[in-house]
Amino acid sequence: MSNIQKAFENGKAFIAFITCGDPDLETTAKTVRAAVENGADLIELGIPFSDPTAEGPVIQGANLRALTGGITTDKIFALVKELRRDVKIPMVFMTYANVVFSYGAEKFISACRDIEMDGLILPDLPFEEKEEFQPLCRQYGIDLISLIAPTSQNRIAMISKEAEGFIYIVSSLGVTGTRSEIKTDLASIVKVVRENTNVPCAIGFGISTPEQAKKMADISDGAIVGSAIIKLLEKYGKDAPKYVGEYVKSMKDAIR
Amino acid sequence: MTNPNGRFGIHGGQYIPETLMNAVIELEEAYNHYKNDPEFNRELTQLFNEYAGRPSRLYYAGKMTKDLGGAKIYLKREDLNHTGAHKVNNVLGQALLAKKMGKTRLIAETGAGQHGVATATAAALMGMECVVFMGEEDTVRQALNVYRMRLLGAEVIPVKTGTATLKDAVSEAMREWTSRISDTHYCLGSVMGPHPFPTIVRDFQAVISKEIKEQILLKEGRLPDAVIACVGGGSNSIGSFYHFIEEESVRLIGCEAAGRGIDTFETAATIATGRLGIFHGMKSYFCQDKDGQIASVYSISAGLDYPGVGPEHAHLHDIGRAEYIPVTDDEAVNAFEYLAKTEGIIPAIESAHAVAHAMKIAPTMDKDEIIVITISGRGDKDCAAIARYRGEDIHE
Repeated sequence: MSNIQKAFENGKAFIAFITCGDPDLETTAKTVRAAVENGADLIELGIPFSDPTAEGPVIQGANLRALTGGITTDKIFALVKELRRDVKIPMVFMTYANVVFSYGAEKFISACRDIEMDGLILPDLPFEEKEEFQPLCRQYGIDLISLIAPTSQNRIAMISKEAEGFIYIVSSLGVTGTRSEIKTDLASIVKVVRENTNVPCAIGFGISTPEQAKKMADISDGAIVGSAIIKLLEKYGKDAPKYVGEYVKSMKDAIR
Repeated sequence: MTNPNGRFGIHGGQYIPETLMNAVIELEEAYNHYKNDPEFNRELTQLFNEYAGRPSRLYYAGKMTKDLGGAKIYLKREDLNHTGAHKVNNVLGQALLAKKMGKTRLIAETGAGQHGVATATAAALMGMECVVFMGEEDTVRQALNVYRMRLLGAEVIPVKTGTATLKDAVSEAMREWTSRISDTHYCLGSVMGPHPFPTIVRDFQAVISKEIKEQILLKEGRLPDAVIACVGGGSNSIGSFYHFIEEESVRLIGCEAAGRGIDTFETAATIATGRLGIFHGMKSYFCQDKDGQIASVYSISAGLDYPGVGPEHAHLHDIGRAEYIPVTDDEAVNAFEYLAKTEGIIPAIESAHAVAHAMKIAPTMDKDEIIVITISGRGDKDCAAIARYRGEDIHE
């Protein structure tokens, strides 16, 4: 069974996204630990990419700051290895196909196993292209996470049937970033997902307040938050871990 | 040349967010329907001929031929099209297709501004809304084209992210498309991006090689020995090559922008300096660092200033069917001035890259051999930049 399953065993899951190296790796490590101590159930670690086409301005900014700071894939692998000494909750990487492809798919995915990562989210790798990395992910025991969007419609069943780890349901059209309102009929999407798989599903894109998180977690198995956390890192820099910890606690308390 | 999964050999594919998948599937289905629809083709041909001014001339460049002292040189005059470049061929096709699909809004990326102007033109003609994304740096370099787009009724959005050039304009247009799909068609300007764009754009640009073939057979009674065109994403070149791919006797030569040279970091020559990767929806060759971060590229030509190349070109390179040659800023500027002085034709600085290579190989060829150079666009837009390159400041 997937290790990611554990993230969904403490009531509804709170999933926190953090861009590695923003503003530096030391702060990333402290932020991850603060999130874990305050109830995060799963950590999504972003490996920065120069041209993140699925991201809004906030996460684009984090990518830019991290890359300007000289972050590399190898440095991130070393960070995870260090984190794994005490961080036991499931962790997944979120990056873009070229980061994996360019590093060497087998080298990257086998390294994920060696440093005890549990999964991989690639927003530019739809169902039709997953053969690019799926066989290697299976070989090394890494879950390749599927995404479902508001426009997926007739594709939801097909994607759900082959999903592993958890399903990332994209709440809204467009790119990542906080939104005042989420209008998609997510309950009907979740219904089709549940008819086709037992793999848990969590909702992300646009969630920033405890009220939104509760609403999303009520209709699914958890809430994913990225931009709201990155905004704290942008605002507080090296002092952000404390604020991220408080924020994660408020969010987990809301959905528990 | 396209297989059912949108691959050209190992290149191509659909590496895009799930949010866009049904949009590209819908586009592919619509295209497969309309490409064989007589009414659609009749309308498109009428637009090409009556509105864009096709067929474009295949002009025998007698003075240039004599001066270079080798092969006979013909120029395929895409610069004479309405809006001043080959871009209009693709745009009229896609706008007509979008209209048939019930879309009311076109979005586009642009580098030099030629594709943006062409899209704004088609939108005005067909009564559609139009938004063009353009790197902020390019809006400064090509201020006149920004004005033209606005005059034509389009909204121009300067893109400030990344390097604020063409690749960032593509990224931003893709982001915009994910946020508004139902009424919007993304009118991609080159043979790149996710399937089916590389195939659709190629098919609409293939009119260039179809005409070259007919015109050269009429004038010379035989096929050319070489067809030369510039390559950024690669739309005018694939259009110039397409109907010659099966004609093994015709050399196909693509000229990439080497910028200040392929041994410097200030280059945009993807096939010479890039390696295999996945970006902007496709697998192909890209300029990138060892971690797969896309490189910021440079060329004097805003239209060739892109870190990737279309997947069909990557495949033609792999199988050795086409040759790809880097041409520097210096060589292109010399060719720009040469063609102006020799033939009275001011080519786009993009097209001047192809002229530069022809100037090198024509003298080495026999007098009974034939070269066709595609002049993809006209050079009015470049005059201020070339003047600056030569140390002269003129006000537009």
